[in-house]
Amino acid sequence: MRNEILKMLEKNSRIELKDMAIMLDMDEVALANEIAQMEKEHIICGYHTLINWDNTTEEKVTALIEVKVTPQRGMGFDKIAERIYMFNEVNAVYLMSGGYDFTVILEGKTMKDVASFVTNKLSALESVLSTATHFVLKKYKDHGTVLEEESVDERELFMI
Amino acid sequence: MRDPLSERVKEIKPSGIRKFFDIVSEMPDAISLGVGEPDFETPWHIREEGIYSLEKARTHYTSNAGLKELKQEVAAYLHRRFHLNYHAQKEVLVTVGGSEAIDIAMRAMLNPGDEVLIPQPSYVAYLPCTTLTGGVPVPIELQEKNQFKLTAEELLAAITPKTKVLILPFPNTPTGSIMDREDLEKIAKVIIDHDLWVVSDEIYSELTYSGNHVSIAAIPGMAERTLVINGFSKSYAMTGWRLGYVAGPERVISQMTKIHQYCIMCAPTTSQYAAVEALRNGDEDVAHMKEVYNQRRRYLMYAMKEIGLECFEPFGAFYIFPNISRFGMTSDEFANLLLQKEQVAVVPGTAFGDCGEGFVRISYAYSLDTLKRAMERIGRFVKWLDAGRPEE
Repeated sequence: MRNEILKMLEKNSRIELKDMAIMLDMDEVALANEIAQMEKEHIICGYHTLINWDNTTEEKVTALIEVKVTPQRGMGFDKIAERIYMFNEVNAVYLMSGGYDFTVILEGKTMKDVASFVTNKLSALESVLSTATHFVLKKYKDHGTVLEEESVDERELFMI
Repeated sequence: MRDPLSERVKEIKPSGIRKFFDIVSEMPDAISLGVGEPDFETPWHIREEGIYSLEKARTHYTSNAGLKELKQEVAAYLHRRFHLNYHAQKEVLVTVGGSEAIDIAMRAMLNPGDEVLIPQPSYVAYLPCTTLTGGVPVPIELQEKNQFKLTAEELLAAITPKTKVLILPFPNTPTGSIMDREDLEKIAKVIIDHDLWVVSDEIYSELTYSGNHVSIAAIPGMAERTLVINGFSKSYAMTGWRLGYVAGPERVISQMTKIHQYCIMCAPTTSQYAAVEALRNGDEDVAHMKEVYNQRRRYLMYAMKEIGLECFEPFGAFYIFPNISRFGMTSDEFANLLLQKEQVAVVPGTAFGDCGEGFVRISYAYSLDTLKRAMERIGRFVKWLDAGRPEE
């Protein structure tokens, strides 16, 4: 049942508990408890809103930074990751397989903000060997949702 | 001037709901719950395979009965999902939708005067397809008290020495009714006893919500007297691709192939390539869509209770079929008044046979959001009716 609950919430975290209980054929109280339990277990880690900032007046730049590091004694990848993700500007940190170690996704107001973070904060970390910064030009799809898409029901009324 | 028309064609009644839908399409604020096709788009990987086939210039006819690899996939699918065994090259015919299969099945099987048993309410094409071949349609009125299943008693009562074919339309539009193995076994016994044939329209076979669909052809003794009709429209949301198929004994399929090759040549090539991909890699899409339909179905059943519309719980397709007889109106009047008063379009049950009187069909091939808005309006409408239709 948990997977069904999660799938539904992942698509729409604002769905009403009552509707959800009906659609999943669950008792409303049991459902509320299950969700609370999953919050406790850090399976559900938050209820964020997917915003297309490009359509607002807010200036924002997003950068994807490839980071290579050398893990040092007593300080594995997890510890280095923590040193990176503790910064507020950092949106996401992933440990990667392949050509580099971490993907860091960063949001700043301007390119200068991002540049200053990379040079002053990120590169300054002892374990960091190198960085490669890529700026996002346009977001088309995020979290499984096409941002610009407007869905129109084009089905014609049909006799069956 | 001489009358250019055939008497048989003139006998066929035009679909009554056409007029109704014309009115709906003129109303911008109307919420239609009338459409009988999935709201999902064809999954991208399937569409992409269609596009790829065009890029590779696969723009020719396929062999008459369909692409060899598609027929293989169809046979494998029927085995994997419903434990049916068909020879891919001899017992499968790829058609332009399940609807072509229905038409040519009737043409291949019926002699003038042969009676065809058609349980109703059901899909609108069985009757005219029978009439056009000179067959005689014999409706069997399904009962709400039996969850609109066909019972052996009803079947027995309709059989005459002229009866040749039973059409078995389950999972059913418009009722959403399904037949489980036990129900089918009783029917099968009567069929075998009376040496009849079955045309089993299983187009909604992937959309059952209380366990896997059972095909009557899987009951011992039935495969040799059954045509199984299925297709891609409902299960893979591929209505516009116009692709279906029929599987059955070679001696019927080969004759149907003859008709098919003279009137159709072959089903659309692009669609056939896309369908191969659907059968190979589409199971997850089907499961996902079914889950979403089921959630909406539960929501509607709940809403019906809240609103105070009596409705038996259907476990198939994507329709509910509430009973509106307590308002003392015909289905037509109810649907028209609902459209006028609250701008919600539902289909009168009578569109699917006279015995649909007293019911309307609501499709849940719509987003939850649309369904919720519609249920609010229907709720208001029912309250207004119950209050004796006060003037506002």
